[in-house]
Amino acid sequence: MDMPKKNILSSQLDLSKFVKATDEEKRQADVMSESTTFFKDGMRKLMKNPLAVGSIVVLALILVLITIVPLFVPYSYEQILSVNGVRDTGAKNLAPFAYSQMEQAYIAQGGKVFPHIMGTDELCRDYFIRVIYGTRVSLFVGLFASIVVLVIGVLYGAISGYAGGRVDLIMMRIVDIIYSLPDLLVIILLSVVFRETMDFSKIPFLSSMGTNMVSLFLVFGLLYWVGMARLVRAEILSIKENEYVLAARSIGAKPGHIIKTHILPNCISVIIIATALQIPSAIFTESFLSFLGLGVALPMPSLGSLANTARQGLQSNSLKLVFPAVMICLVVLAFNLLGDGLRDAFDPKLRK
Amino acid sequence: MSDSKYLVEVKDLKQHFKIPTGFFGHIDLKAVDGVSFNIKPGETLGLVGESGCGKTTVGRTLLRLYKPTSGEVRFNGELVTEQNITPLRKEMQMVFQDPYSSLDPRMTVEDIIGEPLDVHKLYANKNERRDKILSIMELVGLNAEHATRYAHEFSGGQRQRIGIARALAVNPKFIVCDEPVSALDVSIQAQVINMFEELQEKLGVAYLFIAHDLLVVHHISDRIAVMYLGRIVEIADADELNNSPIHPYTLSLLSAVPIPDPNKARQSKRIILEGDVPSPLRMPTGCPFRTRCKYATEKCAIECPSLTDRGNGHMVACWNK
Repeated sequence: MDMPKKNILSSQLDLSKFVKATDEEKRQADVMSESTTFFKDGMRKLMKNPLAVGSIVVLALILVLITIVPLFVPYSYEQILSVNGVRDTGAKNLAPFAYSQMEQAYIAQGGKVFPHIMGTDELCRDYFIRVIYGTRVSLFVGLFASIVVLVIGVLYGAISGYAGGRVDLIMMRIVDIIYSLPDLLVIILLSVVFRETMDFSKIPFLSSMGTNMVSLFLVFGLLYWVGMARLVRAEILSIKENEYVLAARSIGAKPGHIIKTHILPNCISVIIIATALQIPSAIFTESFLSFLGLGVALPMPSLGSLANTARQGLQSNSLKLVFPAVMICLVVLAFNLLGDGLRDAFDPKLRK
Repeated sequence: MSDSKYLVEVKDLKQHFKIPTGFFGHIDLKAVDGVSFNIKPGETLGLVGESGCGKTTVGRTLLRLYKPTSGEVRFNGELVTEQNITPLRKEMQMVFQDPYSSLDPRMTVEDIIGEPLDVHKLYANKNERRDKILSIMELVGLNAEHATRYAHEFSGGQRQRIGIARALAVNPKFIVCDEPVSALDVSIQAQVINMFEELQEKLGVAYLFIAHDLLVVHHISDRIAVMYLGRIVEIADADELNNSPIHPYTLSLLSAVPIPDPNKARQSKRIILEGDVPSPLRMPTGCPFRTRCKYATEKCAIECPSLTDRGNGHMVACWNK
C-alpha cells in the first residue's frame, strides 16, 4: 500500500510508521515468543563467551587427565623406581623422556619401560604421575574448601538476611570479628595444635592428606565463609523486599519454604559465581601453604609442595618447577575465567 | 462462633512502625492509628486516600503480614491471632499492586498458582493439582497453554490475572485488593475490574478494594471508606458518599475527580487544599486534618473526633460538619 509522502516541515504524524507488518515480520514475533528460562538464557550467553568455553574445555581435559592417567601409568606417586625388583639408583633427576642406565639395559634385553614423560625427581620417582596426583590433590582441596564455604556461607547469610533486625546485626558483627582474624596465623596455629593433640592416622582418607590439610579445611570452614555469607545476605536483603515474597507469606508459606522456593533460586546465580571464583582462591591458598611447608603431608604431592621441592634444584632442573607452576596457572586461570564468564552470563545487574 | 453477620470486623486497629533514631532510640510512625470497619460476606468495601495515608498498611496488617500494634481483627467472628492465622490464610488472600514484582521470575505460571495449593496441601495427586490450576486459570481468562510459561512473558494485565488466580486458588472468602489496577493501562483496568465483579458474583467473595482512584472505587464498591493520615474520616454507601459527602477532606477529594464532560467540568469548582500532608512522624494534635481544613476550630486541635453515625450508616469523623 502506498503511503502519501510526508513533508519534512509538516508536524503531521509520519504515516510510514503505521504500515501493516508483513508476514515475514509477523513470523519474527513468533520465534521471539519461545519460552526460555533464566538458566537456559544464561547458558546460551555463557556458550557464546569464547574464554568461558575455553576454560570449560581446559578444565574438562584436566579432569579427564587426572582420572585416566593413574589407570594406565604403571608408577605410583610414592613409588621409587625399580627395574626387575632392583632399586634403580641411577634414575635420579632424569630429563623428560630420558631413561636411566638400568632401564636402558633392560630395554636392550627386550623389556618394556613406560617413558618418564616429565622425567623423575631427586628421589627417583616418576614426576609425571606426581604432578597428576598433585593436581588431583589441589583440585580436591579447591572443590572441597569451596563446598565448605558454600554450605556455611549460604546458610549463615540466608538466615541473617532473612531474619533481619537484631539477629542480622549480631550475626554480621560476628562476621566482622572473623573477618579481622589473620587467616595464615590461624592455619599455622591449628596445624601445630592438631599435630600435638589429634591422631588422624586411623582415618584412612585423612591420614594420607595429613594434619595440615585438616587444619586447612577447618580454617576454610571457620574463616573463609564470611565473604560468601556477606554476599548472600546482601542479595537476600534486596530479594526479600520483592512483593512475591510478601505474596508467599500471605499464602501462609513458612520461612523455610520461602527461603527454599523463592529467595535462594533468585540468588543462585550470585552463589554459583562466588563458588566458581572461590575454587581458584582455595587452590592458591593450598599451593601457597604447601610452598611454605604447611600443606599436604609427604609423600603425598600437591602442586604447591612440588614447586617448593623443585625450588632447591632450580638451576639444574628448572623444568621441575615449570610443570607444577604451569598446572597451577592453568587451573586457576581456567576457574577464574569461567567464574567471570558465569558472572557475565548470569548476573542480572550486568545484563545489557 | 460465627453468629456475627460480618465476615471481617476490624476494631481500633493500630500499626505503629518503629523508626530508629540513633543507636537505641526510636520514634513511632503511626501508619494506621485506630481504624475500625466491618465487611459483610460478598460485599466490597472501597478504601481510598492519598499516597502514604496507610491504606496498604491497613490491608497488610489485616492479613497479619505485619503484627498490629494494637486492636483486633475478627474473621467470621473468630479473633485472628498469631496462632490461628495459618489456617485462616486459606480464607483471606491478597492481590498485590505491582504485577511485575509480585510474581516470582523463576516460577512458571502453573507453579505460581499451585503454590498456595502446595502450602495448604489441597490436592491428593499431581493430576488433581493440575486440574485445579487449569480450572482457576480458565476462571480468570488465561489459556491452558500459558501454564508452562514464565511471568516475564506476559503483559501487565495478564500478570495481574495470574496474581488474582493465585489468590483464588484456595477458595478464599475475602480478598484484600491492594491497588490491583493502578499499575495498569486504563483499558486493561476496566477488564480487570469487570473480572473482579464477575468473580464476586460467581464465588461470593468479599473484597477490601484499596485504590486512590475514586471513580474506580465508586464503580466496584458497595461502601467506601476514606482515609487520611492513618484514620478513617468518612465511611458510607458508595452512592451516598459520592452524592452527599460530608467530611471536608472527602469533599476536596471528590472535587479532584476528573469529569469526562468538559462543559460540566468548567462549572464545577475544585476545592484545593492548602499545605502538605503532615508527616506521620509528627502528627498534629487532635484531628489530623485540622492543619489543612478551612472549618478547623480550637476544639479540633484538642480532641480528635471519632466516627459518628449521620444516618443510614453514613459515618463521619468531624466536629464541625
